[in-house]
Amino acid sequence: MSVVTNTTTIGAIEAPSRRNTELMMLAFAVAVPVFAYINVGLAIDGKLPTGVLGYALGLGLLAAVAHLVVRKFAKYADPLLLPLAVLLNGLGLVMIWRLDQSPRLIQRAEAQWGAFTPDAPKQMLYSAIGIALFVGVLLLLKDHRILQRYTYISMVTALVLLILPMFFPARNGAKIWINLGPINIQPGEFAKIIIAIFFSGYLMVKRDALALASRRVMGLYLPRGRDLGPILVVWAMSILILVFETDLGTSLLFFGLFVIMLYVATERTSWIVFGLLMSAVGAVGVATFEPHVQQRVEFWLNPFAEETWAQSEQIGQALMSFGAGGTLGTGLGQGNSDLIMFAANSDFILSSFGEELGLAGMMAFLMIYGLIVERGVRTALAARDPFGKLLAVGLSGAFAIQVFVVSGGVMGLIPLTGMTMPFVAAGGSSVIANWALIAILIRISDTARRPAPAPAPSPDAEMTQVVRP
Amino acid sequence: MSELTLTVMRLGFLAVLWLFVIVAVQVIRSDLFGTRVTQRGSRRSGDTRPQQTRQAAAPPQQRQQQRQQSGGRQRRGAPTKLVVSEGTLTGTTVALQGQTITLGRAHDSTIVLDDDYASSRHARIYPDRDGQWIVEDLGSTNGTYLDRTRLTTPTPIPLGAPIRIGKTVIELRK
Repeated sequence: MSVVTNTTTIGAIEAPSRRNTELMMLAFAVAVPVFAYINVGLAIDGKLPTGVLGYALGLGLLAAVAHLVVRKFAKYADPLLLPLAVLLNGLGLVMIWRLDQSPRLIQRAEAQWGAFTPDAPKQMLYSAIGIALFVGVLLLLKDHRILQRYTYISMVTALVLLILPMFFPARNGAKIWINLGPINIQPGEFAKIIIAIFFSGYLMVKRDALALASRRVMGLYLPRGRDLGPILVVWAMSILILVFETDLGTSLLFFGLFVIMLYVATERTSWIVFGLLMSAVGAVGVATFEPHVQQRVEFWLNPFAEETWAQSEQIGQALMSFGAGGTLGTGLGQGNSDLIMFAANSDFILSSFGEELGLAGMMAFLMIYGLIVERGVRTALAARDPFGKLLAVGLSGAFAIQVFVVSGGVMGLIPLTGMTMPFVAAGGSSVIANWALIAILIRISDTARRPAPAPAPSPDAEMTQVVRP
Repeated sequence: MSELTLTVMRLGFLAVLWLFVIVAVQVIRSDLFGTRVTQRGSRRSGDTRPQQTRQAAAPPQQRQQQRQQSGGRQRRGAPTKLVVSEGTLTGTTVALQGQTITLGRAHDSTIVLDDDYASSRHARIYPDRDGQWIVEDLGSTNGTYLDRTRLTTPTPIPLGAPIRIGKTVIELRK
């Protein structure tokens, strides 16, 4: 007999885990860089590169390990964060390997240091360590709210990490490194995660005071003087970083992060106005005193001036390489971005991509970064606890600011700073720290998207009043 | 490597990169959560295509029966909507499209009654095989009344007859 079902069901969808979508996207995200690798090999040597199998297996293995761990320990996590990060990491590896093949860079390295060491194997190792840290964070951090307990410890840790590079010698004009024997660490990369934890913990407690105790003047809510304390402290910190470490990027990152999180926590536009004013004052003030910053601004304003070219030809070269790329690019392996001799595969890797993939590829890159940030903000919207919300906003905000600062610097929109493009650029600290950042976002999104436990069986029934005749 | 191959690869790579972005955006699109209304085998008269496919698949015996059903569905005087005529939800209408309507204070009811005298799962209204609408009390505390009589069994609803649930009155209209 035909079954007449009572036909329409209206109900909330039970949250699907979406792990299979993630697996599919991951396969795609591994395939794209492998295609790029083959493309580079064919363009440079005219034959299939020998390392392609090893590269595909390596990247695939890293992706598979990360996926299995997510499947087991963060079942309901966002399906896109991992594939997007794997794609960026993979493409970065390809570009670093491509620049390793460049005879110009090899010659230069041999002339300068006597030997050439390829960066791609190192970067593969860093990626593996990054994935290991990713796995470690997901295994150890069962609930992101645990981080809330370490609010002030993380403040101290972040301060130490930010101050430490002052005591180490400057490299290329910026003191952002700690040298521990053979290992060089950029502590700023880790500090950005730790300070986001501090800001979330702090603002979660203080946001009511910051949001409500204020006077309204000319349509703006002016906070009380004593509530201005923390923002002044952070501002002073970032100015100090700028002065003593001459690192514009890190300084911008921390102040911007704090302003974003203040705004999200309090919903007061006045904080953004204050933040912009204070950073403008700080930047102008420091730029008038600090020669290193002045120099950077000078390079930025006149990238093709003779004196700029004599000291730092990279900015001009980067602009030239973007121009050489045009709309569709020269094709992978066929550009001349290796003419940017110094830091071509780290700070300036974006201009290598800009030349070889053109505007179209650049847009795709920025879209991918944008999607990561979007997923982070989406996680914040879905998160049920205020700490998780703030932390997700903070981490994705830090990520977004970093992408803006680096790409803006390379493209000549803002003065260049010594930061690295997350996941793409060569450099251990950056890759490892960003994998940890993605791991925390995945943990928060897992908690946020996990279906709520079933409600207690119908509490309404007991409250029904009985009609008494 | 020939120039042509390299050009094809260059454009192909850009296409693949953008394809990835587009697929990722599609994933986001399918990822938006919320309430989903699934219609399984709707029997609206205007919606004939799913019915045809179902008939084609069904053995002839059943097909006859379904024809009867659709005949019953299309007869004149079948109610098309449910209207709340008294109570806090006065004015609410729900289109009758062959789906079961649950009434009660539970949040997953089709009509969530804000009525102290209603139970969480109070009653349901559903079409039987002939398209006749039936009201059934689901063991409520204060009972469901069709006109003045308290319901004890599933009862067909005449057009325009008031169904009382607590302080709420609903009726079926054309």
